[in-house]
Amino acid sequence: MKPAPFDYLVPETLTAVLAALTQHGDEAKLLAGGQSLIPAMNFRLARPGVLVDINRLEGELAYIKATANGGLRLGALTRHYQVERSPLVAQHDPLLQQMMPHIAHPQIRNRGTLGGSLAHADPAAELPVWAIARQATLTIQSERGSRQVAASDFFTGLFATDLAADEMVTEVAVEPLPPRSGTGFVEMARRHGDYALAGVAAIVTLAADGRCAAARLVCLNVGEVPQVAERAAATVVGQRPTADLFAAAADIAAREEIDPTDDIHASAAYKRHLVRVLTQRALVQAFEAVKN
Amino acid sequence: MNTFPLTVTINGSEIVRDVEPRLLLSDFLRHELGLTGTHVGCEHGVCGACTVLVNGRSIRSCLMLAAQTHGQTVQTVESLGTPDNLHPLQQAFWESHGLQCGFCTPGFLMTLIPFLEETPSPTEAEIREAISGNLCRCTGYQHIVEAVQRAASRD
Ligand SMILES: Cc1cc2nc3c(=O)[nH]c(=O)nc-3n(C[C@H](O)[C@H](O)[C@H](O)COP(=O)(O)OP(=O)(O)OC[C@H]3O[C@@H](n4cnc5c(N)ncnc54)[C@H](O)[C@@H]3O)c2cc1C
Ligand code: FES
Ligand code: FES
Repeated sequence: MKPAPFDYLVPETLTAVLAALTQHGDEAKLLAGGQSLIPAMNFRLARPGVLVDINRLEGELAYIKATANGGLRLGALTRHYQVERSPLVAQHDPLLQQMMPHIAHPQIRNRGTLGGSLAHADPAAELPVWAIARQATLTIQSERGSRQVAASDFFTGLFATDLAADEMVTEVAVEPLPPRSGTGFVEMARRHGDYALAGVAAIVTLAADGRCAAARLVCLNVGEVPQVAERAAATVVGQRPTADLFAAAADIAAREEIDPTDDIHASAAYKRHLVRVLTQRALVQAFEAVKN
Repeated sequence: MNTFPLTVTINGSEIVRDVEPRLLLSDFLRHELGLTGTHVGCEHGVCGACTVLVNGRSIRSCLMLAAQTHGQTVQTVESLGTPDNLHPLQQAFWESHGLQCGFCTPGFLMTLIPFLEETPSPTEAEIREAISGNLCRCTGYQHIVEAVQRAASRD
């Protein structure tokens, strides 16, 4: 047997899941898609005493809905392949759609979930970058009640979140993008589908006169949590999009706004180089997308 | 030892067993049911050798508990052809030299069965994306891609 022994609970309802979390607290782990947790259990890096399998909540928590104002609400158990193929996501959240094919491989996207990916908070994962870039709001529930947390407050460190032991993520919501907006996402991975060495997401909005009215840049895997490159984005705002402008913004992002570390896959210097290149490409993609 | 009462349909037969919750689906198939066509390479989701279908979708059987298949349908490579009567995809692998040692082959086949149903006339890029989660240390992938093209051209 690879994983260490555990008690296995498979509640049929959200109420029963929350009760199990209250009862078992620190000892318990939720099992969603299992695509991060089971590898850790196979290596015995994780040894939960109680495993609370939430897959039977699919009827309750796997959904993608458009809101009245054109935003989206996604249930925590929505699987990656469902997001990837959703016409609603394609229509309302191009950034999310752009990111999905980069997440692992088809077999893993068939199981992995949105809530699991956010709760796992891997700095190399795409969905936390999406949540930060789109300023998503997470709904978190426990027997104590329901609360909403901004993505910027949810990720607190390396594989660490604002979740208490008795809480779970149940929904993620985003507001619509403003009119005349475009998004871009580029990353560099050794092999398609592997965790990225670095990546950059861009969201831009144009004013009627063709100048940039708003910009947001978020970098992947160059810090403990997704890194928002605020000063780089600010240099683009108020300007007409040009290659020189993108290069200046990328320079600021790469030099001042990220905190990469060396690891076995890439040196910090190389990740800085990647952010410089990828920021420019993400901006090109985003401005092109507004035109189309 | 706590056990979980599992009922699951595997390759068309209903299987009823008490299993330890920590038993992986891959180990259940191989060790308890003798379905050793499902191979196990890395046991952390990277190699794809253990790919099987659950409710028609390809998944890593090393990243799923046997208990999680309760009430569901599982298909392994044993559900495809027999040595005398290969499945068309197996036949295409044979003809295109899509395997050498064969360790990775069951995972490739079970990945490609639902892919070809959904994408009957795939481009080469689509084929390469579909098999991006399956490692082969022998063939260099070229013959595997050809085998898929050969199988697709026949349907
Ligand atoms: C080979 C391989 C490559 C991968 N490559 C990538 C990649 O490139 N990019 C990427 O982003 N991901 C990648 N992944 C991870 C994959 O996307 C996972 O699906 C995801 O990180 C976790 O989602 P899950 O549903 O499988 O969560 P699980 O593994 O079930 O759970 C992960 C953690 O989150 C907790 N949890 C789960 N759901 C909730 C919830 N609703 N509320 C609170 N806590 C919860 C669990 O208790 C656990 O601690 C890869 C995985 C593998 C095996
Ligand atoms: S053994 Fe399951 S992916 Fe390698
Ligand atoms: S044929 Fe040997 S690993 Fe693929």
